Amino acid sequence: MLVLIPLLPFAGFVINAFVGRRLSKTVSGGLACLVMVAAFLVAAITGWTVISGGHAIEQTLFTWLPSGDLQIPFALRVDPLATVMILVVTGIGALIHVYSIGYMHEETDGEYARYFSYLNLFASFMLVLVLGANFPVMFIGWEGVGLCSYLLIGFWFRKKPAADAGKKAFVVNRIGDFGFILGMLLLFASFHTLDFQGVALAAAARAPETATFGLMTAATLLLFLGATGKSAQIPLYVWLPDAMEGPTPVSALIHAATMVTAGVYMIARNAVLFSHAPTTLAVVAGIGVATALMAGTIGLVQNDIKRVLAYSTVSQLGYMFLAMGMGAYAAGIFHLYTHAFFKALLFLGSGAVIHALAGEQDLRNMGGLKKALPVTYWTFLTGAIAIAGVPPLSGFFSKDEILFRTFTGTAVNGWNGRPLLWLIGIVTSLLTATYMFRLVFMAFHGERRHDAPAAPVRPEEEEPGAPVPPLPGPVYSDLPAVDRTHGATHASHAHEGAHLHDAPPSMAIPLIVLAIGSIVAGFIGVPHAIWGSNRIETFLDPSFEVSREAAATEPGAPLVDVPPAAEPHEDTGRELTLMAVSTGIAFAGIGIAMYFWLRNRAASDRMARRFAALHRLLLNKYYVDEIYDAAVVQPIRLLSTSGLWKGVDVGIIDGAVNGVGLSVGAGSRGLRRAQTGSVRTYAASLFLGVVLILGWYLWR
Amino acid sequence: MVPLNYYLVLSGVLFAIGTAGVFLRRNLITVLLSIEIMLNAVNLTFVAVGRYLGTVDGQIITFFVMTVAAAEAAVGLALVISLFRHRETLNPDAFTALKW
Repeated sequence: MLVLIPLLPFAGFVINAFVGRRLSKTVSGGLACLVMVAAFLVAAITGWTVISGGHAIEQTLFTWLPSGDLQIPFALRVDPLATVMILVVTGIGALIHVYSIGYMHEETDGEYARYFSYLNLFASFMLVLVLGANFPVMFIGWEGVGLCSYLLIGFWFRKKPAADAGKKAFVVNRIGDFGFILGMLLLFASFHTLDFQGVALAAAARAPETATFGLMTAATLLLFLGATGKSAQIPLYVWLPDAMEGPTPVSALIHAATMVTAGVYMIARNAVLFSHAPTTLAVVAGIGVATALMAGTIGLVQNDIKRVLAYSTVSQLGYMFLAMGMGAYAAGIFHLYTHAFFKALLFLGSGAVIHALAGEQDLRNMGGLKKALPVTYWTFLTGAIAIAGVPPLSGFFSKDEILFRTFTGTAVNGWNGRPLLWLIGIVTSLLTATYMFRLVFMAFHGERRHDAPAAPVRPEEEEPGAPVPPLPGPVYSDLPAVDRTHGATHASHAHEGAHLHDAPPSMAIPLIVLAIGSIVAGFIGVPHAIWGSNRIETFLDPSFEVSREAAATEPGAPLVDVPPAAEPHEDTGRELTLMAVSTGIAFAGIGIAMYFWLRNRAASDRMARRFAALHRLLLNKYYVDEIYDAAVVQPIRLLSTSGLWKGVDVGIIDGAVNGVGLSVGAGSRGLRRAQTGSVRTYAASLFLGVVLILGWYLWR
Repeated sequence: MVPLNYYLVLSGVLFAIGTAGVFLRRNLITVLLSIEIMLNAVNLTFVAVGRYLGTVDGQIITFFVMTVAAAEAAVGLALVISLFRHRETLNPDAFTALKW
């Protein structure tokens, strides 16, 4: 039963990959959506079993790696945590599949099938990642989603930036995976098991590590390195903004809602282990909050609609890691779940805008789209309100829960930086509201600015891609040519109607469903302070503790209490105050955005000029790409070129091969003098040889 | 009856003469003749030893050798004629084209 969940999308992948070329778009797209909906139904039934039964379901398919004391079964397990994840992956995934039918309809049949086969393969791997009951099975999915991410970012691989972005994502992810593998090996070496429950049990049997750098700290830090790669945290976040070169639904599915949450999920999955390594937790929280702030500030000035959302994603993932670092696993997963709704919604909404504008992605060339795209506008606005943290939409509950936990939790390992973390979190929250509403106001309000002077665009945005034919349409003739393949394919479509077209039904329905989801998704986590019951937390908590049954079966392992996940509820007053603060912050952010980008555009330009250096720093993303290029890429290139290539390869390897040839040649040149051509010499040497051999036998 | 050793010594002497002829003479026809002498020295040994042991094996082998020697002389002389047509000489030292 359980295996059906990843197997259904995989079947879709197989069919679309092998015969998709010969199927019509309706069939291949419909098939892809159908398997996802079917997977969602199976996941829902499974989820219902878990919710009503209250215990994990497990299925072992076969022994995958039987090797000495390393016995790895291919086992899947659904517990409350995995339930939330499979519902998010299949549910949001299915919606995005449906949306893709409309968004990708300009592609040729073969490309269309290729797109859907990748999408299905991705969903399949993601579900393996989530359902895996031990590290190696999770690692299959972990690598698989990385592969699909590469394939989908580089889907328009004829365009150089897209191919480069795909490669960058893959390479950066590999660095993280390296940490993941090492962490996994270290865990196996010390605990002799790779099953998640086994590891949790073994970890629980030890006291939390007080040493700054103990065994569990090392292992968890290595695992966290893997998480930073997959979940785009400092220092490995650089691939995600570039990943926006992929089709927009891909950004929504992989780079907002599902794959990037894999790191958060992995930490939550090993909550017991991480809880026993306080140093790691502090690192996780620090990295998370730093990433949140950094990405938030960058998002404030970016002009590409998808890049703003990309940095927003990085920032929100930072929040989730903050929650993980605070030991508030349920709050982090709750935010992951609500974020999946509104970030998918925002990405799909931006996709609808890009679709309507024939591939235009620059915010400066938008504006006034509110009238023309009502469905997109209202759904996008819902998403923006949700992410800004306005009650009672979903983002408010989850973000507030994280901030509250950050503020009130106990000091970790004698280190108490919580008020500071909280403060940064609040500032990031302000930034979130500001940049989201900047996006809304610049794109949808004001006047249409399609003849805005294209300000100096950053180099990577003006890559000469596929040649774009000149657009004869009356409205679009003055659009600056946008070198996006999507733009080129949509251009012909857009000028047929001679006016902006709102999202077609296949795109509008997912938008509306997600908008409703963004509004109501938070209600399963209403905190006790405002008369809720925080059901998601009660539901999830068993996943973050050593399961009682598992502990009972191993008499040798005494139960050491995990740091309590549920906090005492006496400080309701404080929680309400904090809620009021964050609500106020959200409105303040919206207000700032309204002042600068709606009422008084000149003021924002003045600000940009006044703080020109800062503005440039942010616009160039703190020059992190340049720093990485100088610090990592160029030295490696130098080493490879002059060291490995010209030195080792040409000098030693080629030298050895050529040297053998040369010395044989030189030897032969000397030896051939013996070949005189004189028959008598040959006969003499023959005779001499015979005499010598006979002599040897006679006088031996 | 003449002892076996006499035959063997004669045979050895003949073989030595033939070998010396092969190495020292500057005429290809003489070299061929010297080879014939060497073959006949061996034939003499075969026949003598065959007689000494009272078997006919030595005589049979001698007939074989004579057959082969006849064929060899035919081929050898043909080659000599062919070489002479090329170079107008029969000195083996003149034919050293087949070298490095």
